Amino acid sequence: MGDDAADAAGASGSADSRTGTDATATAFDGGGAFVPYLAVGDPTYEASLEYVEALARGGADLIELGLPFSEPMAEGPTIQGAVTRALEAGMTPDRFFEFVSELDVDVPLVCMTYYNLIYQYGSSDGPRSFVERAAEVGLEGFVVPDLPAEEAGPLREACDEFGLDLIFIVAPTTRGDRLERMMERVSGYVYVQARLGATGAREDVSDQTGESLERLADWEIPKAVGFGIKTGEHAERIAAAGADGIIVGSALVDIVAEGHEDDRPVEETADRLAEKARELKAGATRGAESLPEPEHP
Amino acid sequence: MSETERGREGERTDRTTADGQFGRYGGQYVPEALMPALEELEDAYERYVLENEDGFMDEFERRIRDFGGRPTPLGRADRLSERYDSEIYLKREDLVHGGAHKLNNALGQVLLAKYMGKERVIAETGAGQHGTATAMAAAHLDMPCEVYMGRTDVNRQRPNVFRMRINGAEVNPVDIGRGTLKEAISETMREWSRTVERTHYVIGSVVGPHPFPAMVRDFQAVISEEAREQAREQLGSLPDAVVSCAGGGSNTMGAFHHFVPDDSVDLYAVEAGGSSLEVDEEAGVAPNSATLSTGDEGVLHGARTTLLQDSDGQIMESHSVSAGLDYSGVGPELAHLVDEGRVTPVTVDDTAALEAFHRLSTDEGIIPALETSHAFGYLHEAFESGEDLGETVVVNVSGRGDKDLETVIEETEKRGLESAPDMSVFETGGGI
Ligand SMILES: Cc1ncc(COP(=O)(O)O)c(C=O)c1O
Repeated sequence: MGDDAADAAGASGSADSRTGTDATATAFDGGGAFVPYLAVGDPTYEASLEYVEALARGGADLIELGLPFSEPMAEGPTIQGAVTRALEAGMTPDRFFEFVSELDVDVPLVCMTYYNLIYQYGSSDGPRSFVERAAEVGLEGFVVPDLPAEEAGPLREACDEFGLDLIFIVAPTTRGDRLERMMERVSGYVYVQARLGATGAREDVSDQTGESLERLADWEIPKAVGFGIKTGEHAERIAAAGADGIIVGSALVDIVAEGHEDDRPVEETADRLAEKARELKAGATRGAESLPEPEHP
Repeated sequence: MSETERGREGERTDRTTADGQFGRYGGQYVPEALMPALEELEDAYERYVLENEDGFMDEFERRIRDFGGRPTPLGRADRLSERYDSEIYLKREDLVHGGAHKLNNALGQVLLAKYMGKERVIAETGAGQHGTATAMAAAHLDMPCEVYMGRTDVNRQRPNVFRMRINGAEVNPVDIGRGTLKEAISETMREWSRTVERTHYVIGSVVGPHPFPAMVRDFQAVISEEAREQAREQLGSLPDAVVSCAGGGSNTMGAFHHFVPDDSVDLYAVEAGGSSLEVDEEAGVAPNSATLSTGDEGVLHGARTTLLQDSDGQIMESHSVSAGLDYSGVGPELAHLVDEGRVTPVTVDDTAALEAFHRLSTDEGIIPALETSHAFGYLHEAFESGEDLGETVVVNVSGRGDKDLETVIEETEKRGLESAPDMSVFETGGGI
């Protein structure tokens, strides 16, 4: 980031705390980070604990935990299915926080959910209660798909107060002013949306990814690319294109869904998740290794 | 709102655009991928709609007259006036092409999409009236059109599904959740974020992210602009009350907008009371769509507004016998006007709406939409209970009921409503 931009961010008062939690940014050190997503409570609370721990075993560097919302506006059919299963099995914000406390993994955890759940939680008027509770249970930050930078003021403030990160999504359509506004408010990492559309695993990897990474080339913050990544080979290509990490959701949720539909034992599904995680992590690592050594300013 | 005003009203945020807020409601809570499209739309709305650039509004007014059939009459309802011993006037949006107020907005937005150089329009629909209006406008203006409609609504509003198809639109049933308007809007938003660069989303009510609530209201405001003028000419004064049904609230805001500054005119937004106002938190179901009357503040479908939600903030499924009112949210401006005390929200349950449907049909020779029937249900309840709506009341007839006949016959029979004509003789020998 240029000095001017850094000064501008400083003037807006959030610069110091924007570096609040180092854990998320550190997860991307060395590149080739693997960031899986699962909807918490899919298909049950207990199975979901095993699944998230399996991802950590398989090499996850940071995990995005989805707190299911009844209207997942940005999700494709795969994650919608996960959200529905989790809600039917009784997942709530309080159960979610319990889950995070109980989880036995030592990678940073980020909560991905929609703004209404954050806004309604607890007694505060606004997002503060939710963020406070998230900090208590050891979450490091938030991804909120229906909260663009313009509406994120109150959440940004609460994150600053409790030292948590607020991660924004950069879309293929995000340009110019919008990028700058986002740069002022983002912390932890940026989520680079690889293509237009809702989430979902795809067969190909989009050209839009390379373009988006280029637009962000001079941001110092780690860039994680998601939307549609399905195989180790995708992961490799994206890491080789300059992403610091890859985010994978639907391809993992597919494994959970299959296990549920075919009535497989939880351990078997967990093993399959760990195996998929290893494939994706290995791909990301290969991609990162193919890059020239980064120059440090 | 400027940077210095940041955070002035608690949750009010640091947006840089001046508008899009109605008190504490409104905003743009959408995925980042859609934000550039909303900025583009804001710009087009300001230039073409507000400033009439390239004669956009002139063309819109010409087409809504020649194609849409405006202006619609304000007519005295003789038998209702006698029944209630008051002057009851009907604003006849059921006479707009397509049979509902929906074309005012759909034609405006499809035309705007053309001016913006978009190649395709998509829309959600509940009752199918907005989908039908969009399909008609798209055919009229030669634009490809796809409509998303919940499965439950596809089944209960079949005539409109056929009309959309016949006008050349694709109709995509949405098999998520209860399969009503809420799911249709979510799915259309998803489709919009897949194809946003060349597609315009013609949203069907005063809901969604800025600039939709303001823009849809402006296209619908012609209702109150005409009605206010007509009332002055025909009655020599303004009415004492305007009554309008409210789902998302587009016919409502349209019928109210020009009366909002007239303090002497009471404004009643009639919501669907469904089968009960009680809520089943456990099941996540509100057996009604009484958002303004019973809901509370939250964020859904791009806006901060009043919602039916549980204590965690999960959105509840709504219910109404009328598909067009069956929605867990409501437009932010209407929510604000209710908070301010300018608009009074009231509810009418399924049965009272059905009775009102038959009353208007037999009394006045007008078959109203089930949505509209709620407005007449309230009129009846108010006069029966001795509540004083004033000497002259304008009811907005938001649409006609042809689409609802199957539902009405079935629901009437189920309830054994005595006021309804007997249809049983037609049942043998293969339906109606
Ligand atoms: C005839 C009619 N009236 C009213 C409505 C409710 O919509 P709104 O509240 O936006 O006017 C609908 C919606 O489909 C409708 O078809």
